[in-house]
Amino acid sequence: MTHVTAQTGAEDSLAPVLPSSPAQEERAARFIEVRGLEKTFAGDGAPVQALRGLDLVVPEGSFLGVMGQSGSGKSTFLAVLGGLSHPSAGEVRVDGIDLYGLPGERLADFRREYLGFVFQSFNLVPYLTALENVLLPLAVKRMPAAEKRARAIEVLGRVGLADRSRHLPGKLSGGEQERVAIARALVNDPPLLLADEPTGALDSETTTEVMELFAELHREGNTIVMVTHNLEIRRYFDRTVVLKDGRLEGGPPAGEAG
Amino acid sequence: MRLHHVALGNLRRRWSRAAFLVATLVIGVATVVTLLTMSRALTVQAQNELETYGANIVVAPRTDDLSLSYGGVALGGVRLQARELREADLSRISTIPNSRNVAIVAPELLGAVEAKGRQTLLLGVRPGDEFELKKWWRLDGRPPAAGDELVAGSSAARRLALRNGDTVALDGRDFRVTGVLEPTGSQDDELLITGLATAQRLLGKPGKITLVQVAALCSDCPVEEIAVQLGDVLPGTTVTAMQQVTKNRMHALDVFRTFSYVIAAVIIAVEALVVFVTMMGSVNARTREIGIFRALGFRRSHVTMLVLLEAALASVAAGILGYLVGMGASYLALPLFAEGLHVTVVWTPLLAAGAVLLAVVVGSLGSLYPALHASRLDPTVALRAV
Ligand SMILES: Nc1ncnc2c1ncn2[C@@H]1O[C@H](COP(=O)(O)OP(=O)(O)OP(=O)(O)O)[C@@H](O)[C@H]1O
Ligand SMILES: [Mg+2]
Repeated sequence: MTHVTAQTGAEDSLAPVLPSSPAQEERAARFIEVRGLEKTFAGDGAPVQALRGLDLVVPEGSFLGVMGQSGSGKSTFLAVLGGLSHPSAGEVRVDGIDLYGLPGERLADFRREYLGFVFQSFNLVPYLTALENVLLPLAVKRMPAAEKRARAIEVLGRVGLADRSRHLPGKLSGGEQERVAIARALVNDPPLLLADEPTGALDSETTTEVMELFAELHREGNTIVMVTHNLEIRRYFDRTVVLKDGRLEGGPPAGEAG
Repeated sequence: MRLHHVALGNLRRRWSRAAFLVATLVIGVATVVTLLTMSRALTVQAQNELETYGANIVVAPRTDDLSLSYGGVALGGVRLQARELREADLSRISTIPNSRNVAIVAPELLGAVEAKGRQTLLLGVRPGDEFELKKWWRLDGRPPAAGDELVAGSSAARRLALRNGDTVALDGRDFRVTGVLEPTGSQDDELLITGLATAQRLLGKPGKITLVQVAALCSDCPVEEIAVQLGDVLPGTTVTAMQQVTKNRMHALDVFRTFSYVIAAVIIAVEALVVFVTMMGSVNARTREIGIFRALGFRRSHVTMLVLLEAALASVAAGILGYLVGMGASYLALPLFAEGLHVTVVWTPLLAAGAVLLAVVVGSLGSLYPALHASRLDPTVALRAV
């Protein structure tokens, strides 16, 4: 993986300087580091404790499956991991960066440069074409327009949708929409892919198609965290953790590769 | 792909909401443009009138009785004919120091006659002078020439059922109608107009006149001075500079303009509120989408900018459209206010730019809070299943 050293411009300031190779290996082994993570939702009635103290270390290049029943806190965990939702306690480090220690808008910059999100139920922007949806993460990035386009067309080709670039999401099948969403997550060449139930709305054939795509990305060295309650796709993960009532249950203990 | 591409995509493909926003702004901008254009056109018209007609001065006998007035000047009870001027005294006008500024001297004799059993005002004039002085008179027919001819004001013609070519008896003497005046909106509409000598004979006042209209044709004559000089050579008279009348109209226009500004301000305020409500609705309908933007790494400020950009783009379109609609409305509405006067709508690039600026300012102001609200939305909604 060359993400860290390939970063340029604004990204540089996000990543601590890498002095030596052993340090780099240490960072790769502890690519994602979660400590004492808690999340409580205040809500109207009684507060909901969605996460009750999670500890987890994920090495670079993993394909981690986060499983568990509905309401067990999977999406909440992914949101906190992805810098979308401040935890009530604990900390999250990705590539050595303390996410919730970042000042102000830098968390948004972190998401843009480090993360690719693939959401439950596609979540494409309905009034933008497939190509425009893929371009979206680059819209707020300083980069020549031609380069952005070339990059977006490349990833669309990568997910096998080069000929659908001008279609609006409504004109695409579920599997195609999902693949556009994956292309969008990949366009920035992020070090970490986060997927929430990406196959939730797909039939089993399309599910296999999409999972093969993720498996290929994994083989290429991408780090992926995928939330699902679909046991059938468990075989694609190289490690799995199970959430129950906001706690980790079973799976390999924290810090150990799967 | 940049932020404005996203904004444009939304406006284009979800055009109905954008259309509502644009329509709202168009109404406001158009109203403001119409009000400003009209008050401007009416002002220009009044100024032109001042210059074209110069300063008309009315010389009338001094009186304490204000029961009747004509041409903005109070006349002593006309029927009683308490006082008159002598036609012979008119020659003194040419002796005043500013006599070279005096272009026209039009004596008038006013009196009541009976026509078709009704009391009617008769005005005796020197047709040549009178019609030159009253350039705004539009005559269907020709001025009265020989002794027993007359021209009827529009209201008098209607009241007495007079048409061009008719014959009518005034105090038992037959007159031929040679023309009818188009409505002037003044008391001239009530008159029957005939030659001065004829009127003097009919009213039994030979050599007498009721008042004199004097035209000083120049754009900035020393009107007040001329008036004083006239008063000196014609003792026992009241001399009124009729420029006063136009000035009064200018004052009325000022009031109209102030009123326009107030209306415009109210409309703009309402407008901003409607924009606010529309944009707030739009933002709340797009929480998931905004969550996606945030998850993909848009900063809060990017989301704020995106919403403001959409509002600004719609506003620019509304500004241009509103300007055109407003100018169109001015063409339609102006005749209603100008009442037969010749008024032209003026196209100014400044107003066009102002209209666009107004739309953008109102659109952006109304969208400011919705834009900030959008940037503060919880991005995790993007993760929730539909
Ligand atoms: N914004 C919120 N406010 C209040 N409670 C919330 C909020 N988001 C999640 N929760 C609660 O937190 C708990 C965990 O929710 P979460 O969405 O993480 O579950 P999940 O494992 O993703 O479920 P699913 O498989 O159905 O997607 C649930 O009890 C849920 O009701
Ligand atoms: Mg979930």
